[in-house]
Amino acid sequence: MAKPASTLAKSATATMAWIDKRLPVTPFYNAVMTGYSAPKNFNFWYYLGSLALFVLVIQILSGIFLTMHYKPSAELAFASVEYIMRDVEWGWFIRYLHSTGASFFFVLIYLHMFRSFLYGSHRAPRELVWVFGMLIYLTLMAEAFMGYVLPWGQMSYWGAQVIINLFGAIPSIGEPLTEWIRGDYFISDATLNRFFALHVIALPLAIFGLVLMHLVALRENGSNNPDGIEIKENKDENGVPVDGIPFHPYYTIKDIFGVAMFLLLFAFVLFFWPEAGGLFLEHDNFVPANPMVTPEHIKPVWYFTPYYAILKAVPDKLMGVILMGLSVVILFFLPWLDRSPVKSIRYKGLWYKVMLGLFVVAFIRLGMLGMAEGTPAQTIEMRVWTFVYFAFFILLYFISPGAKTKPLPERLTH
Amino acid sequence: MPTDGVNTKRRRFLVATTSVVGAVGAGFVAVPFIKSWLPSARAQAVGAPVQVALDGLDPGQLLKVQWRGQTIGVLRRSQETLDLLPEVDGDLKDPESLASEQPAFAQTEDRALKGEFLIVNMHCTHLGCVPQMVPEVGPQPFEENWKGGFFCPCHKSKFDMAGRVYKGVPAPTNLRIPPYSFIDDTTLIIGVNPEGAV
Repeated sequence: MAKPASTLAKSATATMAWIDKRLPVTPFYNAVMTGYSAPKNFNFWYYLGSLALFVLVIQILSGIFLTMHYKPSAELAFASVEYIMRDVEWGWFIRYLHSTGASFFFVLIYLHMFRSFLYGSHRAPRELVWVFGMLIYLTLMAEAFMGYVLPWGQMSYWGAQVIINLFGAIPSIGEPLTEWIRGDYFISDATLNRFFALHVIALPLAIFGLVLMHLVALRENGSNNPDGIEIKENKDENGVPVDGIPFHPYYTIKDIFGVAMFLLLFAFVLFFWPEAGGLFLEHDNFVPANPMVTPEHIKPVWYFTPYYAILKAVPDKLMGVILMGLSVVILFFLPWLDRSPVKSIRYKGLWYKVMLGLFVVAFIRLGMLGMAEGTPAQTIEMRVWTFVYFAFFILLYFISPGAKTKPLPERLTH
Repeated sequence: MPTDGVNTKRRRFLVATTSVVGAVGAGFVAVPFIKSWLPSARAQAVGAPVQVALDGLDPGQLLKVQWRGQTIGVLRRSQETLDLLPEVDGDLKDPESLASEQPAFAQTEDRALKGEFLIVNMHCTHLGCVPQMVPEVGPQPFEENWKGGFFCPCHKSKFDMAGRVYKGVPAPTNLRIPPYSFIDDTTLIIGVNPEGAV
């Protein structure tokens, strides 16, 4: 038996009705939260999207506070970062939050993308979810690269030198283009200042817009699931998918649990291992930028090293840059390269498991070799894994339509 | 949009012309923003020639100076070093510096005005790192038959003692030689060719 509503509850309802008439808060909330049916069999891999969003919030928040103390000038940048680390109250915490957050962002994004490789989440009708996700990834790479330049350490400086000169490989317009990007004849104050502007204003705005598009496109067709079948094809008499459960409260609770578990790991690294042995913050970057001396062993931060290895594997400047660019661009086409009649790895058969396994090994090995010294033997190994990396996509296109599949279930399995 | 009694042809024309004019306007407005990224007048002004005193430089010694933000190496080479140069010609990508960037006077075996002094832009022609000088003759981890030269830590490009690039490395051309000349026997000026300023 329902209790009579209190005066307070009544006035709350009235206020909500007043707002809804002017701004559709309740309908929107119902559409994307309580009224949105998500597949009931989400597993570990479905934590990553919400965690990435959570880390984005961490980055924006910590970033805003860093800009309150940081000085974007070649003269002052390095010292201002040290000032944040030593003299600003809790400055070390805010800075490590930002630097650790950057690396974790990429950990989460890579795993989040791998989920698509597993369950075919990029397949029709969710191609644009994937494309917007890739655009976020691309913007995030630019954001991370420019952020890494800001402390103006040796790795900042020489990393920027190498990355900007990649554009110099473009025939005829290359040299003027690099000059335009730098705003000078070498990496200088002008370069640092514009990277700061892009890092704190332009790219975060772009990322925010793209995340919005990613989510709108996702809600349009709803999430995929580990079985890769459409729950909307099997609805009850009320038009609700029988294998769906309301996003709120079921998955909001799950995601909050995920955030708690994530924070345990994140806090451990943040407090006890923020440099991650030179992986998250490279040792050479604790030396102020010096245009006269290149560090002995220059390498990008870990999340770029697989692509960097592909660049290093090619003994030709232009071809190396092209192949490296292609290794990222080819990911955009994944939804159309996979032509298998089923989406999920569960029903694709052994061929896909073998290929995906090799692809993962290739990506990880390339990442490791990208930060290695580069002996001749390693160069040969890089070439082998570069070949495997591209072979995955090409073979996928040709094998997937004809390969034998297992029968799809009628309902979701666990 | 109501369509009765509307001249659709004229409407389409007006929509098209308005769009085109708007796009052209947006294009023009973009110019100041794009151009603001070019090197500023101040950056362009900081490009004066640099003088270097050579009397303190011993054979085998490398002096690094900055000119237009680039690291320029001034290396005093011994006669033995110069004699070794032709021996590596077979391993080089561009031994005669045909595809490389240098003043005309430096398109020679030793790539210098005076063989004793190599004046070279130290930035690797691959991606702009500064290679290290490895003057020792003998096997090195990166090259069995090493006659001395420069080795880039970034992507393992190798150059000989005249800045000429080896085969099979990512750098496409020899290290660049900047314009330079000598004011007198012991004073070098970088940024000015023998026939005059550039």
